[in-house]
Amino acid sequence: MLTNRIIPCLDVDKGRVVKGTKFKNIQDVSDPVELAKIYSEAGADELVFYDITASNEERDIFINIVEKTAYEVYIPFTIGGGIRTIDDFNKVLRAGADKVSVNSAAVRNPDIIKEAALKFGSQCVVLSIDAKKVGDNWHVFINGGRIDTGLDAVQWAIQGEKSGAGELVLNSIDADGIKQGYDIELNRIISEKVNIPIIASGGAGKKEDFLKVFKEGKVDAALAASVFHFGEIDIIDLKEYLNNNGIHMRINGGLNGG
Amino acid sequence: MISIIDYGAGNLKSVSKALERLDLDSAVTSSFEDINNSKAMILPGVGSFGDCMKSLRSKGLDRCIIENVNKGKYLLGICLGLQLLYENSYEDGIWKGLGLLKGEIIRFDSTNKVPHMGWNNLIKGKDDFLSQNINEEEYVYFVHSYYAKPENAKDVVFWTEYGVKVPAVVRRNNIMGMQFHPEKSGPTGLKLLKNFGEMIR
Repeated sequence: MLTNRIIPCLDVDKGRVVKGTKFKNIQDVSDPVELAKIYSEAGADELVFYDITASNEERDIFINIVEKTAYEVYIPFTIGGGIRTIDDFNKVLRAGADKVSVNSAAVRNPDIIKEAALKFGSQCVVLSIDAKKVGDNWHVFINGGRIDTGLDAVQWAIQGEKSGAGELVLNSIDADGIKQGYDIELNRIISEKVNIPIIASGGAGKKEDFLKVFKEGKVDAALAASVFHFGEIDIIDLKEYLNNNGIHMRINGGLNGG
Repeated sequence: MISIIDYGAGNLKSVSKALERLDLDSAVTSSFEDINNSKAMILPGVGSFGDCMKSLRSKGLDRCIIENVNKGKYLLGICLGLQLLYENSYEDGIWKGLGLLKGEIIRFDSTNKVPHMGWNNLIKGKDDFLSQNINEEEYVYFVHSYYAKPENAKDVVFWTEYGVKVPAVVRRNNIMGMQFHPEKSGPTGLKLLKNFGEMIR
């Protein structure tokens, strides 16, 4: 039986892992490759690295981290942040990433999803959507949550699937960083409309939040950062708790778990 | 030396790093000489079936692989590489594969989400050198939208379940395939690669 997934997310700036609250007040945590190894051995099912770096030199540091991670970590990982062109896809895939997520660039140029899916296969094209509730609907925001595109997030998700995305990350700007739980409604509505896997992102504070987003939000995977980085939730504990509550998890994932 | 066949398909680094960690000597190569001189071949695959076959053919690698298999050399196809071992695929058209195993490649229907993405458990099909030290409850990482429908179910070492029975590990004599990514499947994946490595020692 296919299991649901727990995915720690590492925001990387200048070679270090950081975590913001509502995309601001960035705080230093750890070395990304070390943290990736720890999570992999602790039973994480996948990892996501977001490159929040601006300059080109720093981009090279990031590619170096991708290469090191591919060498040291034997679970799949996704790279996001700063992906604008097919060449960017190519660079991170060649460095050893398994999937690439696009966000703002896909809004500006929706063809990039199609082109990447044709060239590299849908399985490695992840459409990441930053959504915020505006009135009764969710709008797609870009540039780290600064610009409201006016696009309807549900329609954008459907279009993303049609264009060839193999997976969606739904990041709720309203829920992000405040640890009050995932945006259940957003995840549930989109889960019911598309037939590709969905990763919920933003808002995890306690184990019950994960249970709720799997049960009621009907997602395939849940992503979180600070609750794992600060040791507030232990991944193995979390997976056992979810398994005991009817959400199927891969438990024997640790290096010694065989 | 194990030759990891390079025909422009995706992520070859992860496979070679995993072999390196297991102390298995390997080289990413498209040279006939290297392949002919190697102890075994690994055929990776990412992207679409048609593109992969086209690119293997344009480099003459399809014939090189088949000739080596006929001489008894071990071949392991990974992910799409497993699919390429079969006769035909219906991925966006009809494509001829290497035809080393009998059967065809078809798409999952939409009862479940497609792609089949994530960790799924192995179900024993038959005992084999490849399945040594692997328990049924172990998980491996899949990501694919098409799967093999083999003519010989007896070739299946491990199945997995995703609405239908999906061959996860297949073996017929010196021809082997893994539908998931052993290089991304944590300790279980490494054990499977280790078994492959010990087989060819």
